[in-house]
Amino acid sequence: MKKTSLRAKILNAPYIVWAILFILAPMFMVVFYALTDRSGSFTLQNITALAVYKETFGRSIGYAAVATAVCLLIAYPLAYIMARSNASKQRTLMLLIMLPMWMNFLIRTYSWISILANTGIINSLLRALGLGPVQLINTPGAVILGMVYNYLPYMILPIYSIMCKLDYSLVEAAQDLGCSSRSVLRRVIFPLSLPGVVSGITMVFVPSVSTFYISQKLGGGKFLLVGDSIEMQFQTSYNYNLGASLSLALMVMILVCMVVMNRFADEDEGAIIL
Amino acid sequence: MTGRKKVLPNLYIALIMLFLYAPMLVMIVLSFNSSVSTSVMSGFSLKWYAEVFRDRTTLHALYNTLVLAVFSSLIATVIGTVAAVGLYGMKKKWLRSMVLTVTNIPMMNPEIVMGISLMLLFVFVGNLVGKTDVLGFPTMLIAHITFNLPYVILSVLPKLRKIDPHLAEAAQDLGCTPVSAFFKVVLPNISSGIITGLMMAFTLSLDDFVISYFVSGPQFQTLPIVIFSMTKKHVKPDMYALSTLIFVSVLLLLVIMNISQDRAEKKRRA
Amino acid sequence: MIIDLKNISVSFDGQPILKNLNLYIRDGEFITLLGPSGCGKTTTLRIIAGFLEPDSGEVVFEGKVINGMPAYKRQVNTIFQRYALFPHLNVYENIAFGLKQQKLPKEVIRKTVEEMLALVNLKGFEKRSVASLSGGQQQRVAIARALAVKPRVLLLDEPLGALDLKLRKDMQVELKAIQKRLGITFIYVTHDQEEALSMSDTIVVMDNGEIQQIGTPTDIYNEPKNAFVADFIGESNILDGIMHEDFSVEFHGMRFQCVDKGFGSEEPVDVVIRPEDVDIVPPDAGMLRGTVTSVTFKGVHYEIIVDIRGFKWMIQTTAYAAVGDEIGLSIKPEEIQVMKKSAYSGLYGDYSSFSEEFDELSDPQAQTEENAAEESL
Repeated sequence: MKKTSLRAKILNAPYIVWAILFILAPMFMVVFYALTDRSGSFTLQNITALAVYKETFGRSIGYAAVATAVCLLIAYPLAYIMARSNASKQRTLMLLIMLPMWMNFLIRTYSWISILANTGIINSLLRALGLGPVQLINTPGAVILGMVYNYLPYMILPIYSIMCKLDYSLVEAAQDLGCSSRSVLRRVIFPLSLPGVVSGITMVFVPSVSTFYISQKLGGGKFLLVGDSIEMQFQTSYNYNLGASLSLALMVMILVCMVVMNRFADEDEGAIIL
Repeated sequence: MTGRKKVLPNLYIALIMLFLYAPMLVMIVLSFNSSVSTSVMSGFSLKWYAEVFRDRTTLHALYNTLVLAVFSSLIATVIGTVAAVGLYGMKKKWLRSMVLTVTNIPMMNPEIVMGISLMLLFVFVGNLVGKTDVLGFPTMLIAHITFNLPYVILSVLPKLRKIDPHLAEAAQDLGCTPVSAFFKVVLPNISSGIITGLMMAFTLSLDDFVISYFVSGPQFQTLPIVIFSMTKKHVKPDMYALSTLIFVSVLLLLVIMNISQDRAEKKRRA
Repeated sequence: MIIDLKNISVSFDGQPILKNLNLYIRDGEFITLLGPSGCGKTTTLRIIAGFLEPDSGEVVFEGKVINGMPAYKRQVNTIFQRYALFPHLNVYENIAFGLKQQKLPKEVIRKTVEEMLALVNLKGFEKRSVASLSGGQQQRVAIARALAVKPRVLLLDEPLGALDLKLRKDMQVELKAIQKRLGITFIYVTHDQEEALSMSDTIVVMDNGEIQQIGTPTDIYNEPKNAFVADFIGESNILDGIMHEDFSVEFHGMRFQCVDKGFGSEEPVDVVIRPEDVDIVPPDAGMLRGTVTSVTFKGVHYEIIVDIRGFKWMIQTTAYAAVGDEIGLSIKPEEIQVMKKSAYSGLYGDYSSFSEEFDELSDPQAQTEENAAEESL
């Protein structure tokens, strides 16, 4: 018995060392830089400076929340339809949904400019119809659209995979017990798919709230998000300490959101079934 | 289901696909534009494709990207597979769950935080040894291996859990040493997980921008980083041409993979 | 003697699994380790196979101590509970696995595999993938694979546990036949007492990491050493008694003639009477009398529960009695088995809470416990 655990230790050693050096130590670095100044002495200045970014944080959370909600609304019916289709259609749709994810994220986002710009495709069409140009680009809506577009597959996939595993006889059992198809959806399918929904929300919310490219391009730099502020501290202002402090705040914020949501999901499971 | 009932779902799917593919379509069409505009199509031309192949920076970045993806995915696959086997055999439950929690950090943490945290580490260590230009290929490689590792581990671990726990013992019983039992019996049965992990690592590494952006230096630029600096300025259709080429290669790769998978499945059934 | 286990002790997480176990195994015998889950039988097997090192004690193989010798060097082979067939290899490659490991010439391997396939009645299955085989066929491949390397001893860990009843019975016969034909030692682990009784030359009854009794199936059944063995093997009525003198025992307040001797004077004892050894007679003619509380028709016989002064007896008889009947019981002296008192006294042998559903309900649970116990090793 001792022999096997020794072997496990030897096998694990490289990875554990790697994880300590390049996962945990960097996390520690963020905390370290956030709590020190340029000369490396302790200060809370970077933390107090966060007050200035109150609005940025609020905007990030707001946009990300809306984007997540929109993703959920779009993805849930799609995942449901997919799971009920035949195998070859499922596979094709999967491929079609995954394919854009393999495309460079920057270009995918950038090409929306071609569509939304004042001289872009939509406005050209509108003009041809005699309708005046509509301001589409450089609006909060465009930023949220960018988020939805980029992260929608992350919502579809977990919900779809959990719906595939759903035992269809449960639906039949519910019908047998007198459920209409709507109440089957509400009382059986939705509660059972909740874990997929929760992981979908996480997978969309986290990158949305921390993104830094989308708002620069589609928001025209007018609606800066936390990610943009962090990027600026590192790539233009070179204030690593403030950048680290912003990152720390972002991490803490996401952690709080996750905890709240998991609590909410756990407690609400009963409520939703009702 | 009757035909009428199917119309609505199909319409829904079509709309979503339109949403997902509209930018791609725009990009592909405009890559053939004869003018420099990225919004108005003025005529057909292949000149932007020629431009892509003429551009040294782009080609070099492509080469860098591939080298980085190959090395980081291979190294991550080796370390990750070994780690998965070790984790599987780990007796102490608390330690295993702790290691798995740490493993999840790179997947759950926002990419930007991963990027800057690694950058801070590299800069900090660089300061310690008195070097100011630490960022380059080595730091990129470390960062890519780091974010690839969880994907490898999490695709190998379930395969290990699925095989009969007595398989390795059976091989030893029949005369294999523990090491050769692993290579002869365990490895072939988790190979699909290892390949999945490798493929995932490779594509993640190819595609990564955010983390690379923070840990790269001027001497080593990958394609996503070059694209980023190009999109900072006004974009010419050559970007679209490049992206179209990437898109088509990915598509081809996927189609080939799907076909070979289908064949393997049919073979197994026969 | 081929294997000798001397003073073997094993504990896991401070929990003793085997307590100072001593057991020798003769060459060529079919020996069964029988006991409930967690009794240490699988652990014993894994020690012989070399997958587990005992904390103390010696494992002797043909006169040589083999402690510390790795599994792959031992001349014993194992049939695993769920067969552990290699899913990436076909039937032929599975059986040839051990032979290839020995670097035998191709022709020899081919011939041996053929022989083995014939032995287990699977001719023509060479190219099949193991996943496409039924449970019984997989079992046969596992047997062929282990036997192909010509082991001196074959270890079988509940090999028939995953098969359905009918197939299990067939495989029992087949396994026994294979063992006779090859003349090699089989060490068989099971919790199924019927399986043990019908196949074994020797049965080792284990519980709690200790051997309770070693003997032939007839010995074990007819002369159980303590209440545990009596209860685990077959059905038994176990009563408190007092041995007044040789050949005279008292229970239920009455003296009975018996065939046992050698106990101390007035020594408290456990008395075992098998349900099928009790005859029903008219109340006045019986040595004991009681009221029938339940009757179950079992095909060959009736299973009758009789209340005698608050103690519920089980009787298997072809005579019919109705619930509520007052009946007499008659027992022949040679059917009374007297045992010394043990730690198990008073735990078994009263059918007050008897219900067949209980047995069935507790079975799958026992199975999972067994698995859990194994995994933890």
